[in-house]
Amino acid sequence: MTQAIASPDVSTGSRGSRVLGVATLLGLATLLLFAFGPTEPDIRLHPTTGEEIGQFDAVRLLYLHVPLAVLMYVAFVLCAVASAGYLIRRTPWFDTMAHAAAEVGTVFCGLVLVTGSIWGRPVWNTWWEWGDVRLMTTLVLFLMFTGYLALRRATVDPRTAALRGAIVALVAVLDLPLVNRSVEWWENRTLHQKSTLEELKIQDLTLFTLMLGFLVFGLVLTWLLLHRFRVGWLEREDAEHGIASAIAERRAAIDEGDVDAAVGEGT
Amino acid sequence: MRRFLADARLVAAKDLRIEARSRVVLNQVAPFALLVLVLFGFALDADQRTLRAFAPGLFWVAVLLCALLAVQRSVSVEQADGALTGLRLSGISPAALFIGKAAAVFVQLVVLEVLLTAGIIVLYGSEIEQPLLVVATGLLAAVAVACTGTLYGALASGLGVRETLLPILLLPVLAPVLIGATRAFDDALGNAAVDGWAWLGLLAVFAVVATAGGALAHGALVEE
Amino acid sequence: MVELNAAVALLGRFPALTGVDLRIEAGETVLLQGPNGAGKTTLLRLCAGLLAPESGNVSVLGHDLTTGSERRAVRRRVGLLGHSTGLYEDLTVAENVRFWARAAGLDAEPSVERVVGAIQRLGLDDGLLDLPVHRLSAGQRRRTSLAALVVRRPDLWLLDEPHAGLDQAGRNVVDTLIGDAVAAGGTVVVSSHELERVRSLSPRVVTLAGGAVHRDTGS
Repeated sequence: MTQAIASPDVSTGSRGSRVLGVATLLGLATLLLFAFGPTEPDIRLHPTTGEEIGQFDAVRLLYLHVPLAVLMYVAFVLCAVASAGYLIRRTPWFDTMAHAAAEVGTVFCGLVLVTGSIWGRPVWNTWWEWGDVRLMTTLVLFLMFTGYLALRRATVDPRTAALRGAIVALVAVLDLPLVNRSVEWWENRTLHQKSTLEELKIQDLTLFTLMLGFLVFGLVLTWLLLHRFRVGWLEREDAEHGIASAIAERRAAIDEGDVDAAVGEGT
Repeated sequence: MRRFLADARLVAAKDLRIEARSRVVLNQVAPFALLVLVLFGFALDADQRTLRAFAPGLFWVAVLLCALLAVQRSVSVEQADGALTGLRLSGISPAALFIGKAAAVFVQLVVLEVLLTAGIIVLYGSEIEQPLLVVATGLLAAVAVACTGTLYGALASGLGVRETLLPILLLPVLAPVLIGATRAFDDALGNAAVDGWAWLGLLAVFAVVATAGGALAHGALVEE
Repeated sequence: MVELNAAVALLGRFPALTGVDLRIEAGETVLLQGPNGAGKTTLLRLCAGLLAPESGNVSVLGHDLTTGSERRAVRRRVGLLGHSTGLYEDLTVAENVRFWARAAGLDAEPSVERVVGAIQRLGLDDGLLDLPVHRLSAGQRRRTSLAALVVRRPDLWLLDEPHAGLDQAGRNVVDTLIGDAVAAGGTVVVSSHELERVRSLSPRVVTLAGGAVHRDTGS
């Protein structure tokens, strides 16, 4: 329909993003290698009984889970900031950014829930723990942003989608502290070890792998955001181009005779 | 300011008068509320001890389900014959419109809560130990739900998928209200040793933010 | 009064107006005509400030409608009669008219007389006053919604097919109403398929086609 899109020169990649992409993939491979290779399983001896305790091999999942969780929050905060920016400036840049951040954030959020659940099964002996603050907060966050994406998909008019989306995203992020607070008071307990990191034998290798995780998932986030943003931007340009040609088409299609016939004049 | 309050009252009175004439909430939503209580009874095997223990949570889940219907009704009143366009063309400020619509929903929710309270006393054998706490919780939670619901009703309106979109947008946001009001009722009905009044603080914060934020956001929405 | 330059307006992603140039002076009566889908309704909604122009300039009653606050300001000064009547089904005729009068910011109580006056002028029977709107016929609804408009006394009247669904007497009432509005110094834009009827009211006929002004007998 539009030459701009059909042309093979147009893609969401650029030299920079390709370099970033390669770095991201290599980083992911390295991270997995370290997480499942040389790092040690978490095995400690119980101070009194001398039993072997700890998270054993499950701890390896944390190298993915923890960075994902932190960067998920980065994505959602970015979405909220961009949404606020949209409400103030009303420019498509902010809206495209908010949409991209929300989508990537939701994917991260889903992965956090899945990796956490898989990790919780051997360590906490349950897939799901009701009343755990971070668990519940993350789930509610996931549901709110699923709603956000559904709202955007249900809206045809891009301006309506942008405005309503911005409000929903801001409400979701503002609501989050209240959700967190209420769950915390609710059960007043959390299985989440605040000390997960401290409790572990933080050896050089463990720390290095965790930091590598932050770096690599930071790259993943940037890379996905970049492409998702460009897809959104191209879609918008495509729509604008479509509008311009639709205007030209409409104007060219005006037929003197048809108009006269329709309004009952002439002949 | 006087104009603001007069406009809000005008809108609220209009919605309540429509309800008084059409009785949609009274004839359809209220029986639905009681039905929900009965269904919980069936699901939990008609064991009154269990029901009594869970009464606060079941009560507030029922309130939220009814609130969805009340909000849908509040939106459809304006959409049925393009009245919303008229309201946008009138001199009523979007904030006054918001407060008016939310106030009408609030009144309907309070009536439903009274009905549901009678329901859990009769059907589940609940006993009210702290009437003041019950009333305060009921009012604050109704403000929170009415304001959030009215805002989200506007957000989901005019999209053709309102019925399905509203629940998934609104219910997660109301999670703190559900938890807070349930815990406060746990205390007020003597179900658990928690400090219900502390939970009231959370509800109050939510109610204030929902009222102010809703009035503000509604302005931007009606503007579009 | 009303001035549009290359105004483009979208409905979703469809360009309903593709570049309208139009100038209407105060006190003028203008008939809008054109095939279905030409953009008549969108043009009226644009002038009412209900729609943001995508590009071009739109100025109505001295308000520049490219900014949101100006659109809000102009809304309360125009009277738009759309396809939907904007009435509440469960309220009576009198309640509806009174609600819309008060919503327009008119003094709270004296409007009752004005309401009754407006309703009578539109040929609505007194007996209908206390009937709920859902018991009215389509024509009676249209008259009620016109009555709600009349009490507002707008500066600019935007009437979207006001004759549709009315009987002969009703159409005459609409014509009288337009005459009254003009006599009172108002500006009227009417879209209608009733050519002959509206021509007697105004010599200026603007024909829309394809979302733009196709012909304009006035300029």
